[in-house]
Order: sequence, then C-alpha cells, then structure tokens
Amino acid sequence: MDMENTTEVTIEQLQKQLETLQKKVQKLEKNRKDQLSMAVVSGDMDKILAAMVISLGAAAMDTQVKLFFSFWSLSALRDPKKHPKGKDFISKMFGIMLPKSKNHLSLSNMNMAGMGPMMIKMLMKKKNVLSLDEMFKQAGELGIEITICEMSMDLMGFKKDEFIDYPNLRFAGAATFVADAGESAIQLFI
Amino acid sequence: MTTEELKNLKSELVVDARGTACPGPLLAAKKAIGDIESGEIMEILSADEGTKNDIPRWCEKVGHEYLGFYDEDSFSRLFLIKE
Repeated sequence: MDMENTTEVTIEQLQKQLETLQKKVQKLEKNRKDQLSMAVVSGDMDKILAAMVISLGAAAMDTQVKLFFSFWSLSALRDPKKHPKGKDFISKMFGIMLPKSKNHLSLSNMNMAGMGPMMIKMLMKKKNVLSLDEMFKQAGELGIEITICEMSMDLMGFKKDEFIDYPNLRFAGAATFVADAGESAIQLFI
Repeated sequence: MTTEELKNLKSELVVDARGTACPGPLLAAKKAIGDIESGEIMEILSADEGTKNDIPRWCEKVGHEYLGFYDEDSFSRLFLIKE
C-alpha cells in the first residue's frame, strides 16, 4: 500500500515536470524560428549587395527573411521615376543630395567619384553576379519581407510613394524589428 | 558516391546554372526542385566554386540527399535526391 502511494506521487511529479519542460521547449522553439532578421542601415552599394546576397541565400534555404531598412539604406529603396509632391525645402535638399536609387549608390571604399561603382557593376556583369535590380526582383518573388523604418523616412524627408514597387513593403518602427529579431534564429546588422 | 557512380546516374532534371554566380545556382536549384518528385535525382551544373559547398549545406538543411559532384573542364556537376 505504501509502495503504491509513493509510485503514484512520483508519476504525478513526473507529469508535472514533463509539462513544465514541454512549455519551456515550446517557448524555446518559438524564440528560435528559422528566420533571419536584418537591420540594414548602410546605404553603400557594397553593403546593400552583401545584405541582398545573404538574404537571397537564406530565402533559398527556406529561411524566412525579414529586412528592416533604416537611415542611409532607404536610398536603395527609392524609385527614380517617382517624384512625390508636397516636400518642404529641407526634404527636397535631402532628396537631391542622396542617391536616387539602388543603382546610384556609392562604394564604402574605392568610390573614386563614381568610378568604383561603375567598375564593380562591370565586373559583376562579367562574373555573372546578379544586378541589384535582379536581386530585389528575386527577393520579392521569394517572399523576403522589407520593412521601412518610418521614423528615419520622416527624418530624411522621404515620402511613402517614392519607394520602389515591392510586394512585401511595409512601414513600421523599432518595436517591429525587435519583435521580429527576438524570434529569429539569425540576427544581423549591416 | 564515386565519380564513376555519379556518371552512371540518370538525372530526372538538369539545372544549368553556369551563367550565374553566388547565390544564383542555389536560387536556380530551389526553383527547380519543385519540378521533380520525391526520390528523383536532380543535377546542377555550376561554374561557381562556392556552390560545391553551398548545395550540400542546403540539402542538409532542407532534407534532400546530397550525392556528390564531379568536375568538368570549366564547371561542376552536382547531384542530389529530392526528399
């Protein structure tokens, strides 16, 4: 009789421990989703290239990719054919000073007044590397999500309707990035 | 698998990704894998050296069985069985 009681208690305790463990594992699994979150802050051609190559590689490996574009990187998302109205003087100046699209970016090294990017583009063609235009197109097809940091967009005087047509383009703030990054197995900052 | 064994394989689908550099061949492989059935063999042609490391890692993660590769004059042939 005594023995039986002890066994019962033990099984109950085990069940409880198992439940606790299950809950912990569930939480861990949720925290480590097969997902890549990247904060893209630089607007240099080489860094945007790196961000896109890594993103495409991840997407090809079935990893969900979420890109958060902020500050200088916003230039890479501008569409030179779009001319938004209603900008104030400073916004207009920013618009003129900053690169007009992903094809107008400078290199972080060896820019040489625009000679560098021209050479890189030539080499990319020669070595069969996808162009940035092609990379963004593929990214859209693979379901890579791009979120634009609303605060830096306002700060730099960009308008929502001057960005490229992209299937998963969103506008959000820091909390969105932190929430996404928190559940991603990979977090990068470029 | 040995080169001889790989040469004797009959691929269901050959993906020619020789015209693209990283991550082109991987993207091509991902797109093409949907066109074959589970258990069928896919062959990837790539002139990009990194692909020889990338495709096995991709297979490992996604679950396909990587069989190996052998080199031709200016490119490699990589083989895998779809999960």
